[in-house]
Amino acid sequence: MAVTDVAPGMRADERMRRAGLLRRLLNRPELGAAGGVVIVWVIFAVIAGDRGFLGTSGTASYLEVASELGILAVPVSLLMIAGEFDLSIGSIVGASGMAIALLDVQYHWPLWAAILAAVAFSLLIGFLNGLVVVKTRLPSFIVTLASLFIFRGVTIAVTRRITGRTELGGIDISSVRVLFAGHVDAYSASILWWLGIAVLATWVLLRTRVGNWIFGSGGAAEAARNIGVPVNRVKIGLFMTTAFAGCLLAIIDLVKFASADVLRGTQLEFQAIIAVVIGGTLLTGGYGSAVGAVFGALIFGMVQQGIVITGVDADWFQVFLGGMLILAVLVNSYIRRKAAEARR
Amino acid sequence: MPARKRLFWPAMIIALVMVVAAGCGSSKKSTSSSSGAKKTGIRIAVVTHGQASDPFWSVVKNGVDQAAKDTGATVTYQAPGTFDMVAMSRLIDAAVASKPDGLVVSIPDANALGPSIKKAVAAGIPVVSINSGSDVFQSLGVLTHVGQTEFEAGLGGGERMGAAGVRNALCVNQEVGNAALDLRCKGFTQSIQKAGGKVKVLSVNLANPTDTKQRITNAIRADSSIDGVFTLGPTGASPALSALQAANLLSKIKLATFDLSPDVLQAISDGKMLFAIDQQQYLQGYLPIVFLSLYKQFGLMPGGGNAILTGPAFVTKDNAAQVIDLSKKGIR
Repeated sequence: MAVTDVAPGMRADERMRRAGLLRRLLNRPELGAAGGVVIVWVIFAVIAGDRGFLGTSGTASYLEVASELGILAVPVSLLMIAGEFDLSIGSIVGASGMAIALLDVQYHWPLWAAILAAVAFSLLIGFLNGLVVVKTRLPSFIVTLASLFIFRGVTIAVTRRITGRTELGGIDISSVRVLFAGHVDAYSASILWWLGIAVLATWVLLRTRVGNWIFGSGGAAEAARNIGVPVNRVKIGLFMTTAFAGCLLAIIDLVKFASADVLRGTQLEFQAIIAVVIGGTLLTGGYGSAVGAVFGALIFGMVQQGIVITGVDADWFQVFLGGMLILAVLVNSYIRRKAAEARR
Repeated sequence: MPARKRLFWPAMIIALVMVVAAGCGSSKKSTSSSSGAKKTGIRIAVVTHGQASDPFWSVVKNGVDQAAKDTGATVTYQAPGTFDMVAMSRLIDAAVASKPDGLVVSIPDANALGPSIKKAVAAGIPVVSINSGSDVFQSLGVLTHVGQTEFEAGLGGGERMGAAGVRNALCVNQEVGNAALDLRCKGFTQSIQKAGGKVKVLSVNLANPTDTKQRITNAIRADSSIDGVFTLGPTGASPALSALQAANLLSKIKLATFDLSPDVLQAISDGKMLFAIDQQQYLQGYLPIVFLSLYKQFGLMPGGGNAILTGPAFVTKDNAAQVIDLSKKGIR
């Protein structure tokens, strides 16, 4: 709610100055990321436009990569605004996918039942993550780093013990194919899931009380607690949300590839954090946006696929990633400083 | 504030230069320029599942690079960092989006890669598969397969080991889930069973040789009647050799493997290993580039819709010396 909104029937307060639209835009955390999207798109359009970057299949391929990362990045941005990290989502993706595959292939559960069981499983992991962080007051970085190893190990060990393999394929996904992996033209359904989650997250963050609680928990947790914000419940809820996002991505991948493997999702947690930081969210919490995470994921997708379309060895992707991360953070802090100075 | 301001622009410029340099530098290196034949403007994309740490695949890449030089085609080679079908399908999608004149892929998992390969075929790109997928390539619309049929190669290996007297063997699989490797063990098992013996499959992690050696040692200790160990690649063979040597069982347990490496060839030459099955993967890199160039120019494609076999070729003590020489050059 804008500071200058007035209750009906009252005169506007002349002590408050209405900020112009441009100034308000400059202050938004996602401005740097939006600029980044444009710049990256232009760069690849120039060097790879005739090689297919601008064509339908090129655009569809980077949107697909961006959407899968974005499904994780948006909830992670909410969690980071609240001041916490979740390094275990990659392992949750692997664990959930494998859980569905095992229940369906090995124990012959119907697919929908297996999916619901995996969702419940991932929510439980998220709850445990949040509970440990909140009760022990340990840094969430450490707690979720431990979860990362524990749940990846559980996935590998249990799968090998039950099936002797590390990958289960040939799952019959025909009943849910359209919902999770359908296509309009070349464009994948995961794009719609991504945008839907982004819209929901932005609405929660900017238009509801829970959103204020999230900002408060990240910006000044003790002060927020003192005025009655249920900081612990907010954080646990956010950990459950990121875990659920991991499960959703696992379901989408399982349906797309009709298979699950124990290593799926490795390193996605770092990619998600990078997308969120590129999008303008501070590592220290209290400031950021879900829309920024959308832009960050989009930049990721464009770079990852753009490099291959250009013909560059995909190994150089990581060099680009690091370079872009620094560039993005520098641009973000520069714009933020300029916007703060320009307020006068 | 002044000190930070002074550092800001240099930092920006360094970051920008890093990004641009990575882009420029690598694009020059990875697209093969031909000092051999004149450039024909034909573009071919190669996407394999071969991890960089596996010495097997660097021979394939050498074949690809040499064929690019000899035919004048421009070839790009992509592979994911780990055995990751999601990443590989994305590489295929991106390669397809760049509209190449031909696509070469390996198919270690037809379920996961099928959709991407079908998209390539639907886009009118001629596709040749290599190395893995000899039993599925036809159903995906792929023109031909250049490789070794795994089941038959495993059968051949098992026959030789059975003839050497092996009756209780361990089949060491370093990438369980790779359908081609599973078939090798199946073929091997069938031959040994036919000779009246039995086979146990041991799964190991190709990226961790120390752990692999430990697992093999434990398996041998657990069952003292094992008289043969059959590995499916150099990343399984080297630890197996080391494990058998350490346990001093090389005279009692016969060791043989799929695919070559300097260690394997030396061991065969020294008489420590019975044989190695060479699938001549240099051909798997070289031939598809030639085929796709000719297809683009004249519409020619060999194979008749069937696989073109590059193996099995058996390397034994008799021919090891010559093969060792070529292996050092990265050709075998």
